[in-house]
Amino acid sequence: MNLSNILKNTFLVILLSMVVSACATKKTGTKMDSQIQGDVYTGTDTVEYLAKGVPDRVFFATNETILTTMSRDTLRKQAAWLRENPSVNVVLEGHADERGTREYNLALGERRANAAKDYLMTYGVSADRISVISYGKERPVDSGSNPLSWSKNRRSVTVKAN
Amino acid sequence: MKRFKLILYSFFILFFTISKSYSLIEVDITRGNLNPLPIAVSPLFQDKVSKIFFEKEINIDDLGSEISKVIENNLKQSGLFNPLSKDAFLQKPDIAHLKPRFEDWSLIKSQALITGKVTAVNEKLKVEFRLWDVLAGREMLALAFTTVPSNWRRVGHIITDKVYERLTGEKGYFDTRIIYVSEEGPKTQRIKKLAIMDQDGFNTKYLTLGNELVLTPRFNPTNQMVTYLSYFRNLPRVYLLDIETGIQEVVGDFPGMTFAPRFSPDGKKIIMSFAKDGNSDIYTMDIENRIVERITNHPSIDTSPSYSPDGKFITFNSDRSGYQQIYVMNSDGSNVKRISFGKGLYGTPVWSPRGDLIAFTKLHKGKFYIGVMRVDGKGERLLTENYYQEAPSWAPNGRVLIFYRETKSNDKGEGFSAKLWSIDLTGYNERMVETETDASDPSWSSLLSN
Repeated sequence: MNLSNILKNTFLVILLSMVVSACATKKTGTKMDSQIQGDVYTGTDTVEYLAKGVPDRVFFATNETILTTMSRDTLRKQAAWLRENPSVNVVLEGHADERGTREYNLALGERRANAAKDYLMTYGVSADRISVISYGKERPVDSGSNPLSWSKNRRSVTVKAN
Repeated sequence: MKRFKLILYSFFILFFTISKSYSLIEVDITRGNLNPLPIAVSPLFQDKVSKIFFEKEINIDDLGSEISKVIENNLKQSGLFNPLSKDAFLQKPDIAHLKPRFEDWSLIKSQALITGKVTAVNEKLKVEFRLWDVLAGREMLALAFTTVPSNWRRVGHIITDKVYERLTGEKGYFDTRIIYVSEEGPKTQRIKKLAIMDQDGFNTKYLTLGNELVLTPRFNPTNQMVTYLSYFRNLPRVYLLDIETGIQEVVGDFPGMTFAPRFSPDGKKIIMSFAKDGNSDIYTMDIENRIVERITNHPSIDTSPSYSPDGKFITFNSDRSGYQQIYVMNSDGSNVKRISFGKGLYGTPVWSPRGDLIAFTKLHKGKFYIGVMRVDGKGERLLTENYYQEAPSWAPNGRVLIFYRETKSNDKGEGFSAKLWSIDLTGYNERMVETETDASDPSWSSLLSN
């Protein structure tokens, strides 16, 4: 292979990578719009499943602890699954995004996990099967500093304890 | 008598109390680094016998020079002094210490001069120093200290405190330590350890191994105890740690998360938040008799409590108005008043050791600010604006704040860092405080010696 060939190939690779990165940027743009509604994450990127069709987490708006319609739906599925599996205990892990003071976020995470706990209890899960822990902003699931990343981090995650 | 005054104006009464008729140089600490005072720190002289002893004992070739560097660096970091280059010094350290040739020192534009002598006395380190007013041609201060040789950096800090106090009229903050959280690893799996270092970043020691998450360490203002939050066994609880012995214990017996701890000014109580069933309230525990008292009882989040220096009041953070704001109440929880009314959210209130101001973090339009306001909420002043910063802690003299700042990461999570910064109450002299690792949650100790 001569020099001009090498140069040509390098040029092609650069061109191609530019095209790819241009596409990638565009994609994230549209993706974000469809994944956040009213400041609450509605996508499935980080979501894991406790059982088939039972998502493990719910998301919150900035500084909020209110459960959305979608979150309540998720929690009803979790409650049904917990009723079917009475030997399973769970820990609700409450989290906040990185745009708040550490101490307030610890309290906020605790309040979020308790909002989820209260809802599970309304649907027949006994309080002694549920424990709660807040991580505040200490354990983000997405390390980006942008609205989409933050929306994934404002969450309460139901984790099997046994 | 030749009178020299560097400042024309000051709003602190304390400032004038030391001005005697013959006191000459003064430094205005209310104007930050606008006019740093030119000062010469002559290397401290040491004789041959002492030199050999210290070389053997602590493996330092020129101890006098090293101590003078500690002093010089402290003075420079304060932003109030401009230590002059030693290359320009004309007079030898030993002669200067006996009797400076003031013309030589004023020739290089020095207004104050520090000289000294280091000797080995009965296997101990003896340090003498003198502070001179160059323009008036007279001695302002002369002191001597004796200690174990390994303590030599502290001697440098104590000398700086004495010089600072003599020239500004206020207590220094150099013989102090900072406790903070050392951070390493990716954001999603950050390893955090308690770390402690001298105020100038030297003598870093790690107090925990990083096996469990630790947050928000704070010094007891009266001794070497520390309170902090640990996730030991996945149970977030407030702990009490004796940094001399390493002994630690859980504070109180709470059926849920305790967090945001701080000591009362007399060091006898810990004030903190206890979270249960989605509600955080403020409690105190007496360290000696273990009596727990509930201070707030409100369905909102009440956290980040901090006592006034006389112990009569508590400032804290609450979202009872709907969003995070700053409140003040009596120490028994009565007479709660909101004091922050500016635009944005307010958090992390900390009462100044002088009692006149409350420092805070403010979030407004996606920016974070460190600011101060009077204890009635009036006179808000924002000192610094950044992408993310929070958690100010006061130097013991109430002139400087230390806090932490985080940088923005890109979409892949790269480019994140957390560092300690300090800033003058004036808003001048903003500086990064060097740490071995990334760092957050700094807390400033009291003066170790008085």
